[in-house]
Amino acid sequence: MAEKKQIIPEKHPMPAQDPVERAHNFNEVALGYDEETAVAEAQRCLQCKKEPCRQGCPVEVLIPQFIKLVAERDFAGAIRKIKEKNALPAVCGRVCPQENQCEKYCTMGKKYQPVAIGRLERFCADWELARGVEAPAVAPPTGFKVAIVGSGPSGLTCAADLAKKGHDVTIFEALHVAGGVLMYGIPEFRLPKKVVQAEVENLKKLGVHIETNAVVGKFATVDELMEEEGFDAVYIGTGAGLPHFMGIPGENSCGVYSANEFLTRTNLMKAYCFPECDTPIKVGKKVAVLGGGNVAMDGARTALRLGAEESWIVYRRSEKELPARHEEVEHAIEEGVKFALLTSPTEIIADENGWVKAMRCIKYELGEPDASGRCRPVPIEGSEFTMEVDTVVVAIGQGPNPLVPRTTKGLELGKKGNIVANLETGATSKPGVYAGGDVVTGAATVILAMGAGRVAANSIHDYLMNKNK
Amino acid sequence: MFKILEKRVFSPIIKEMVIEAPRVAKKCQPGQFVILRIDDAGERIPLTIADFDREKGTITIVYQEVGKTTKQLGAMEAGDYLKDFVGPLGTPSHIENFGTVICVGGGVGVAPVFPIARALKEAGNHVIGIMGSRTKELMFWEDKMREACTELFVTTDDGSYVRKGFVTDVLKEIIEERGKENIAMVLAIGPQPMMRACCNVTKEYGVKTIVSLNALMVDGTGMCGCCRVTVGGKTRFVCVDGPEFDGHEVDFAELARRGATFRAEEQRAMEHHTCQCGCGGGK
Ligand SMILES: Cc1cc2nc3c(=O)[nH]c(=O)nc-3n(C[C@H](O)[C@H](O)[C@H](O)COP(=O)(O)OP(=O)(O)OC[C@H]3O[C@@H](n4cnc5c(N)ncnc54)[C@H](O)[C@@H]3O)c2cc1C
Ligand SMILES: Cc1cc2nc3c(=O)[nH]c(=O)nc-3n(C[C@H](O)[C@H](O)[C@H](O)COP(=O)(O)OP(=O)(O)OC[C@H]3O[C@@H](n4cnc5c(N)ncnc54)[C@H](O)[C@@H]3O)c2cc1C
Ligand code: SF4
Ligand code: SF4
Ligand code: FES
Ligand SMILES: [Mg+2]
Repeated sequence: MAEKKQIIPEKHPMPAQDPVERAHNFNEVALGYDEETAVAEAQRCLQCKKEPCRQGCPVEVLIPQFIKLVAERDFAGAIRKIKEKNALPAVCGRVCPQENQCEKYCTMGKKYQPVAIGRLERFCADWELARGVEAPAVAPPTGFKVAIVGSGPSGLTCAADLAKKGHDVTIFEALHVAGGVLMYGIPEFRLPKKVVQAEVENLKKLGVHIETNAVVGKFATVDELMEEEGFDAVYIGTGAGLPHFMGIPGENSCGVYSANEFLTRTNLMKAYCFPECDTPIKVGKKVAVLGGGNVAMDGARTALRLGAEESWIVYRRSEKELPARHEEVEHAIEEGVKFALLTSPTEIIADENGWVKAMRCIKYELGEPDASGRCRPVPIEGSEFTMEVDTVVVAIGQGPNPLVPRTTKGLELGKKGNIVANLETGATSKPGVYAGGDVVTGAATVILAMGAGRVAANSIHDYLMNKNK
Repeated sequence: MFKILEKRVFSPIIKEMVIEAPRVAKKCQPGQFVILRIDDAGERIPLTIADFDREKGTITIVYQEVGKTTKQLGAMEAGDYLKDFVGPLGTPSHIENFGTVICVGGGVGVAPVFPIARALKEAGNHVIGIMGSRTKELMFWEDKMREACTELFVTTDDGSYVRKGFVTDVLKEIIEERGKENIAMVLAIGPQPMMRACCNVTKEYGVKTIVSLNALMVDGTGMCGCCRVTVGGKTRFVCVDGPEFDGHEVDFAELARRGATFRAEEQRAMEHHTCQCGCGGGK
């Protein structure tokens, strides 16, 4: 790249659907860079010797290297470079919290806006998907069988890596499609399901078997998979799918959904196509979504698209503490989502038919920072008020589903029911059984789940190869 | 894809199917259920495992046509395929030798009661079966129930078969006649009002009663919370903590309200189905 180049201080904007229009459809919001924009954005990169951006990426994508190839218009080379480290770039480019990861450390970001690393990654992945993905080389068969439990980003990554190393891999997925949260949780308008399914198809090309409708712990336990079905090793990537509720009165009223139910009905079951698709969903005029993370933003934006007149985020802390990605908060605001901050419900009030009609809420103020460094919200005495709503979506977090932990003998569990695994290797307390992703860490991110899948794939490979000797 | 191997029509609205599902058949226990989806546009609906054959790798379901999906299923034939069929789901029934147990099946509830009654008898219990339906036409599996139970009582609401009356009438008579201290447990499965009525009867006598709840479900694995119900003052998920619970602890009113959440949409789905679909499901 030229030594003295002109500095472009800002990222090239992401073309997006008009907010007013998109608030009523499920098409993807962010449309993606075209080739010219991608090349121009890539040229903003300074090619820093120390690669600070890479340190911010949990899987250390070869960022300067791939961006250089984009700048040189070698898109095929660029995607190959990305895939050396990241198995699901079309997904990560869309949903990674880049502002806290790669882009946070970008040198350009010190003075100007960082290079749009995520957008470039997405561009390369989409460029490849549009042309048909080249199947990576697969090592000769090793004769070992590995079972992967759960087909979220963690399981998919682990499966891909093990298949490439020549192992015979089968994924068992409880739901009727593979993809985990990428299919049932993250909405179509943020991550089109065909992008996820294209990645799943690639796995099949590597020879990975995918058994859907297969709930491990029910049709067979992990022990039975190993003892009766001949699997030499198992990777558990069952995620954090157990919805938490507030535990306040009235929470079982009609019209109160967990975010998982609300989003599953909409995304996985396509309730937005009802009655062409059978699964119903009901959204009232005024929806309150409890929580402030990505899941809450997705719930609030989905509610608008399903026809709600008003959609509110009700969150205990202030805007600064919202754990959601900045871009999602911005998009939500543009689309008309409203925010009741420093507010939390104490009771859900139902009408005579058992339907939600209002929430009793209390106001909070921020106190001293707690151990996590975030200011602790303190309720303000006498600040109770009533908020009229007819639908409530509870998005205050998820815990690990207890099914596999409970039915697997000799698996050490943490206090919250999570599986204890060595983060460097993925090894659990049970020989031959590895785990990673949300079921180990608690609800986290796609890229961390993928990283864990990759780490475990390497350890499983070593474990199997030593077993051979 | 899961093949429908056999179909039997008990009445225009009650049908039995045998489905090829070796993975489910290998491990299922009485009291568990499956979730099926007919096609790509389909919803996920739970149905109890009414019988199974581990050797043949088959699961038997019995269902009543009450709406769009069950009607569409009713129009399918042996040789057709279901898109998805997942199980066994839920916690199995608690089976041990309790002594004398009464198993009550109301309407299509006879199907889920059958494998539990059979297992209870095999475990050494004296099993008194009570089966009831609105009318003779809706009665099925009397022969199977007779085999599964030590004694069997049959009743119809309208008196068109054996005797006139509700299962609760028979239940009350038996408890009176044999003495409440001689009945270890009652199991009641059927429409919600029937289970509720049975619980009201047994509560008077203080006889422990287990019911199988038919809450609305989506995933059936504990992921969505759609199936939650208050039992003994605590929120439980029917799909993983149940479907069986102590009937005296269940908040039936809440269960009924939540079950009606999508009544209007279900109506719409049905209308849409009967006016446009070529599958012959509609009239
Ligand atoms: C609505 C929503 C929005 C999000 N947005 C973002 C975002 O923008 N960016 C980001 O980085 N992260 C986001 N996340 C978090 C991210 O999706 C998760 O951290 C990630 O998906 C975890 O991956 P995983 O592979 O560990 O598990 P999951 O994706 O949860 O997959 C687990 C899979 O295992 C299956 N399973 C569970 N139990 C069994 C069993 N017994 N047998 C067989 N299969 C089983 C489940 O059905 C599921 O398919 C979001 C999460 C949600 C819910
Ligand atoms: C654990 C369990 C076991 C069951 N076993 C049987 C059985 O063996 N035989 C049988 O005939 N029925 C059984 N049911 C009920 C059966 O699932 C419903 O009749 C069926 O889902 C109705 O679908 P539909 O589209 O035909 O009717 P709809 O018109 O959509 O619904 C009619 C009524 O069925 C119930 N229902 C609708 N959708 C669901 C759903 N997704 N989950 C649960 N209930 C729903 C609601 O109360 C609704 O008002 C069982 C339910 C549960 C929860
Ligand atoms: S994977 Fe995520 S964090 Fe890593 S470079 Fe790509 S967008 Fe950034
Ligand atoms: S830190 Fe930013 S500017 Fe430097 S190499 Fe990485 S992406 Fe390019
Ligand atoms: S059906 Fe989803 S948690 Fe029970
Ligand atoms: Mg239905």
